[in-house]
Amino acid sequence: MRVRLRVNGAERQVDVEPRVTLLDALREVIGLTGTKKGCDRGECGACTVHVNGRRIDACMTLAVMHEGDEITTIEGLDHPVQRAFLEHDAFQCGFCTPGQLMSAAACLAEGHTGSDAEIREWMSGNTCRCAAYPHIVAAVREVAGRA
Amino acid sequence: MATSIEEKPDFKWIGKSIRRVEDPRYLVGRGGYIGDIKLPGMLYTAVLRSPFAHARIGSIDTGEALEVPGVVAVFTGQDCKEKMNPCANFGPPTITQYPLAVDKVRYCGEAVVAVVAESRYAAEDGVEAVEVDFEPLDPVVDPIAAIGPGAPVLHEEHGNNLAYERIFEFGEVDDAFREADVVVEDKLHWGRSSGMPLDTCGAVARPALNGSLEVYCNSLNFNFFIWLVAAALKLPSNKFTVIPVPAGGSFGSKFFAHKVPTLAGFLALQTGRPVAYIEDRLDHITNSDHHGSDRYYDVRMGLKSDGTITALDVDVVDDYGAYLQFGVGTHGNSLSQAVGPYRLKNLRYRLRAALTNKCQQGAYRGFGSEVQNWVLERMVDKAARQLGMGPEEIRRHNFIQPDEFPYKIPTGNIYDSGNYPAVLQRAIEMLDLDKWRTEQERARKEGRHIGIGVVTTQERSVFSSTEFWFWFDKPAFPLTSSPESVTLTIDPTGEFQVQMHSQAMWGNSPETVAAMLVAEEFGVDPYKVNVSYADSAHSLPGTGPGGSRFTVMIAGAVRGASKRLRAKLFKIAAHELEASEDDLEIVEGVVRVKGVPDKSRSLAELASTAYFFALNLPEGVESGLEESCTYDHPYTTLPSDDRKDLGVFYPFMGHACHIAVIEIDAETGTHKFLDYVAVHDAGTVVNPKTLAGHVTGGAAQGIGSAMYEELVYDEDGQFKCSTFMDYLIPTAMEVPEFKLGHVETPSPYTEFGIKGGGEGGRMVAPAAISAAIDDALSDYGVRITQLPIKPSEILRQIETGTQS
Repeated sequence: MRVRLRVNGAERQVDVEPRVTLLDALREVIGLTGTKKGCDRGECGACTVHVNGRRIDACMTLAVMHEGDEITTIEGLDHPVQRAFLEHDAFQCGFCTPGQLMSAAACLAEGHTGSDAEIREWMSGNTCRCAAYPHIVAAVREVAGRA
Repeated sequence: MATSIEEKPDFKWIGKSIRRVEDPRYLVGRGGYIGDIKLPGMLYTAVLRSPFAHARIGSIDTGEALEVPGVVAVFTGQDCKEKMNPCANFGPPTITQYPLAVDKVRYCGEAVVAVVAESRYAAEDGVEAVEVDFEPLDPVVDPIAAIGPGAPVLHEEHGNNLAYERIFEFGEVDDAFREADVVVEDKLHWGRSSGMPLDTCGAVARPALNGSLEVYCNSLNFNFFIWLVAAALKLPSNKFTVIPVPAGGSFGSKFFAHKVPTLAGFLALQTGRPVAYIEDRLDHITNSDHHGSDRYYDVRMGLKSDGTITALDVDVVDDYGAYLQFGVGTHGNSLSQAVGPYRLKNLRYRLRAALTNKCQQGAYRGFGSEVQNWVLERMVDKAARQLGMGPEEIRRHNFIQPDEFPYKIPTGNIYDSGNYPAVLQRAIEMLDLDKWRTEQERARKEGRHIGIGVVTTQERSVFSSTEFWFWFDKPAFPLTSSPESVTLTIDPTGEFQVQMHSQAMWGNSPETVAAMLVAEEFGVDPYKVNVSYADSAHSLPGTGPGGSRFTVMIAGAVRGASKRLRAKLFKIAAHELEASEDDLEIVEGVVRVKGVPDKSRSLAELASTAYFFALNLPEGVESGLEESCTYDHPYTTLPSDDRKDLGVFYPFMGHACHIAVIEIDAETGTHKFLDYVAVHDAGTVVNPKTLAGHVTGGAAQGIGSAMYEELVYDEDGQFKCSTFMDYLIPTAMEVPEFKLGHVETPSPYTEFGIKGGGEGGRMVAPAAISAAIDDALSDYGVRITQLPIKPSEILRQIETGTQS
């Protein structure tokens, strides 16, 4: 099936089977490999992208459900939280980082940053096996202006 | 944060918290992991996994699968048996393994059939269409039963399920127990968890134009063992090249993970096309190379009435699963620091390695030494309770003292340096232990259960290869090397290149470490140093990351290469400046005559001469500025023939004290961290910021192994936790803020005095948490004897304690 997506501001037409996930369409068809596949079951958050401004797990939705949607991936993200991750050493292996960053940017936009506990809860869908969590929280806290 | 207790040399970069040089590319999605590699004409692999724990493989019908659109080929274990050699094997030769099961499956999830197709979707369709006749056999899941009489045998050729048995005895153990005033005993079980990185193991293999096979792969240690994989594929080692790819986390799980590259290589050779095999989560969790340790202990500890520990008797059965990845190497790690930080002289260590119908086990952060730490600390705590001593009191009483180093422990290993009382004292002060003890008392009166767990453990670093074989009286290959190499280049414009010869970025900060060391040596900006990674066809000897060895070893190699490069620069500069080499120094990237700063040459000027002006070079100096150094393990000795002394094999001995303050809800058995202090001694700290990441990450994984993570098989050998809904990795909600501190006792044997610290908090946290829970619920007589600690177990013990 042919589906039109707006990815990082550019229109992309992709031809995919109906069963192809948005994640596989982005990675395998469009070639944007920044978005990661960690579990393919919506349990780790590595594939978090923004769809019409909302963060979702791209492995849990089909590409054909997103005709005309505005999709932002890590390749299209330009957000102060990226620099904050750098300063706070908020990752080690970097594999979960695209998902963490997409989630962090959304968490900030949603305003779920009133306390460290709130940040932790609203970032808890993104697993970091290196467990840089305290540093991720610090980065989000800083951008939220609570540092 | 880092505080020195000794006079420290005046380093310019070492010891500075700088942000990592690797980082920028990861912030924009350009990490470049194995799943991101797409080669023209590449095929994709999906694997049919065994639904049974133990079964004979009957007929396999691949006909329908081959009809599936997009499917190119289907391979079975029989194909492997006919066309390749068994996989690399460090265990008994009677236990053979192929990347696809041959004749029998031995655990749930074992790979049986590989389908290769134009897309992963088509490959999965192909797997659905394969028909396999399994003839189920009785499984054996309990390791004690597995090595007992009448158990189903996994490997008929091996004859039984006992893969290894030996008793090591150091000192006079029976005498010590006879003379002990107090003997404490316990049965302990460390449950099975694993590194479980978000990036699974993967490989892309390509038959290259020159007739060799190229394998892109995120397995570590690739050039140390590479010839073993080549041998499995029946290739000469010079026709098999591994190209390192960044690993999105390993934590042990990619430590020479051979199954994936071997299978991808086999499939590429058979189809003549590039083939990717990337484990999906289910592949990895059920069929990886490395589940972690799964050990059952009977332990006795003998003490004098004043609390002096005199003897330790360890009887351990380790549940290895169906195959042996590294033989019993994880117990070498245990033996390297078997007596912990304590002056304990008499040790017996009986090891039995059991084969069961489970996935094989191998490496997980600590490589088995973290288990010994937990066991030893559990016993010290039990003894302290029995003797009425405080946890810090019994530890202080038994510590090896700062003036006793280098200290030889009963197994023969050397502890290079340390200051255990100082580490403990720092942790106590950082926590304000007295304040928490007061708060604990106050809360107890309100019916709240706060516990404080104080533990002190070793953190060995930098293995020697003798620990691979001292298990055997007649080892087949008693190697003694475990080197690491670096090639250092100043290019024609004066810019630095570092080439490493182990694995690409794997989550440590190899580039930051190398760049900081080069900056230290030459006074240049670390962010201007470029770091690359050699493939196996171009690599110098290297052993790869693992066992907290990388920073120590790469520091040695960078230092060695720097000395050679500096000597050459000085030769050229001396010639140009008409000065003596002895009068030169290098300051902030400029070679100059000491005391005459304007008599100088920049690195760019010297590089220009070195590359382009051969006639200006002194006689006998070749063009170019490139030097390599292969740095061997700086302190390895052979074991004695009778194995009463295992030699020096893990001498750079870090140390740590963790104090966890935990509140337990006695109604639900759930817990809350109230405070957590972790003080580590990793010798000279290179970068406090990145070391903090490792201590934190390790401690978090320790929390996982202690309280959440368990790879569960039921009594039929069915695997019960194949997703992250069942296998519980700590999230931001479960990992507390850690207060981190460092005490630095530099190693006398390594460059700059560095010790390894990469395995960090996982060596310590499980013991601290167990102790804190015991302490919180001491009124009920709760004692943690198995990991992970489940709320249901806490409630069961509270109930038992209430009734008695």
